[in-house]
Amino acid sequence: MNIHEHQAKELLSTFGVPILKGTVIFDANKAVAVAKALNSPSCWAVKAQIHAGGRGKSGGIKIAQSLDDVKKYAQEILGKTLVTPQTGPRGKEVKRLYIEHGCAIKTELYLSLLVDRTKGCISVISTSEGGVDIEEVAKKSPHKIIKLSIDPAIGLQKFHQRNLAFSLGLKNTIAKQFSKLLASCYQAFTSLDASLIELNPFVITKNDTIFVLDAKMSFDDNALYRHPNIENLRDLTEEDPAELEATKCNLSYIKLDGNIGCLVNGAGLAMATMDIIKIYGQEPANFLDVGGGATEESVTKAFQIILSDQRIKGILVNIFGGIMHCDVIAKGIVSAAKKVCLKVPLVVRLEGTNATEGKNILSKSGLSLQIANNLSDAAEKIVTAVRETI
Amino acid sequence: MSVLVDKNTRVICQGLTGYQGTFHSEKALAYGTKMVGGVTPGKGGSIHLGLPVYNTVYEAIKHHSVDASVIYVPAPFAADAILEAIDAGIPLIICITEGIPVLDMLRVKQQLKNSTSKLIGPNCPGIITPGQCKIGIMPAYIHMPGCVGIASRSGTLTYEAVDQTTKAKLGQSTCIGIGGDPIKGLDFVDCLELFAKDPATESILLIGEIGGDSEERAADFYKQEKITKPCAAFIAGRTAPEGRCMGHAGAIISGGMGRASEKIETLRSAGILVTDSPANIGSILLRGF
Repeated sequence: MNIHEHQAKELLSTFGVPILKGTVIFDANKAVAVAKALNSPSCWAVKAQIHAGGRGKSGGIKIAQSLDDVKKYAQEILGKTLVTPQTGPRGKEVKRLYIEHGCAIKTELYLSLLVDRTKGCISVISTSEGGVDIEEVAKKSPHKIIKLSIDPAIGLQKFHQRNLAFSLGLKNTIAKQFSKLLASCYQAFTSLDASLIELNPFVITKNDTIFVLDAKMSFDDNALYRHPNIENLRDLTEEDPAELEATKCNLSYIKLDGNIGCLVNGAGLAMATMDIIKIYGQEPANFLDVGGGATEESVTKAFQIILSDQRIKGILVNIFGGIMHCDVIAKGIVSAAKKVCLKVPLVVRLEGTNATEGKNILSKSGLSLQIANNLSDAAEKIVTAVRETI
Repeated sequence: MSVLVDKNTRVICQGLTGYQGTFHSEKALAYGTKMVGGVTPGKGGSIHLGLPVYNTVYEAIKHHSVDASVIYVPAPFAADAILEAIDAGIPLIICITEGIPVLDMLRVKQQLKNSTSKLIGPNCPGIITPGQCKIGIMPAYIHMPGCVGIASRSGTLTYEAVDQTTKAKLGQSTCIGIGGDPIKGLDFVDCLELFAKDPATESILLIGEIGGDSEERAADFYKQEKITKPCAAFIAGRTAPEGRCMGHAGAIISGGMGRASEKIETLRSAGILVTDSPANIGSILLRGF
């Protein structure tokens, strides 16, 4: 789960991370009033709040030198659809703005914490080249990237903090402030079940004070049950409505760009089904895993969610029945297809437990569907059927 | 021969009296798996499915020699159950549970390093040596005793691979579902090592997917250790978008890492045969070598 920058900053500040004063607004008319209240000496940052990076380059972050500028930028950014490398071509509409106290920057640095799945530990990554795309830095000057692995059994120690501060070339009071920043972030990471904390950049001001200018936080979905306060930060307007609906019904659904809908049991098989559609020359419209315990209800819901996408030209159902019996699934498919008045071609492949019974139910159903004998037969049939309709 | 489990493997089940534990233990017993008992805190002293139930793993090992423990405990309590099994010195632990928090698994991973226990999973279908021992949720009848060692990050896609190798009349020596989580026990490298040494395994099949670098490390291992048994692979997720979690917590391309195309290339350069189509998993083993 992702949260907004302003939410991440508020959370991190409760762990002692130094942030600048700021206020979130949903109405551009309030921009000047909140900017005044921040009592900024020289400038303000006007920042689009969307769940995607790359905002600066796409015009989603502006530095205002006057209250007139604050007003102008707020009106310009709020309501605008930002297209960044992380939003996809459709972009994301800006529905909230963060007006923040400006500061006089001396240097910009980078710090992130994440789980290293290969080593099975928490990884801290830092560089003195902050404020730019970290992947670019990794490519151009990999020697400037400093990486530490922290064994969660012993946790972050003083030597880790010293090691990183000195590697970044920080000295005296700044090194001390950095050590505290790192400790606060580690504390936040482990106590909130974060999967990512990324500060890009955090800065050293001309007064030698450290502040976090941008903060990104993501959380482990599997651990949200123990953090109801984090779950409350979820911004539903940032998520795809069909994907949200699917989550509610315990379906795992991700919208893609093609026109063949897929309904599969199991995540690996669902990906393999998408892949084989591509091999046969068409693009999958979605990833959909109905899970291990699919029922008639969940199959009906899955059909409805797939068909909510107007571009759908055909549906491929691929079920490998294990514990789940194919005859039960077949009944579900028949009833679901009738309920949603299916008008696009449907190809069903059933394999595994009670597959023959399942196929019998399908062929006697009176539905105009095609039964496939195996995975490649299924892909070929749906691709051919869809081509005929285009 | 086989790897990790055979007809003599004595198994306990943590979470035996729960719905999942009961359902799958019944099937395991019917398959012939040598189950010796179960653990459910608070239900010690009772009998379930004809098996003695204990309050703790420690009690269970006082009364029985135990080679393996299978865990069907809900996600919030599963890491604790794994830690208990490690602490009690169970040699092989199989955790089926999906949805364990990553930070819990980091603690488990550290404990595993300080122990002699091996963990399979979590978020996996389990392990089966056809005709001898079934520990997990896989449908038994699709398997056939044979010569292919299978290791997989997926559930139903493993069944697909099993089914295809059965239909190709190759059968399986042992199938290990290593699971779809980012932090897990046995990895492809460990499975390769086991299968390479197993006389019953004549060829090896890896079913991988996007995310992480398990496949890349397996490719390096295969090459460096000069494993002579033929190895084939399928990698799911060539059409998966970047930055999205594809059902499995571990199936995510992040920061340009974990793409299928790179995994396939690395596997191929190590001499592993990769099929582009999931429909050819069985036939590639027949035709390929």
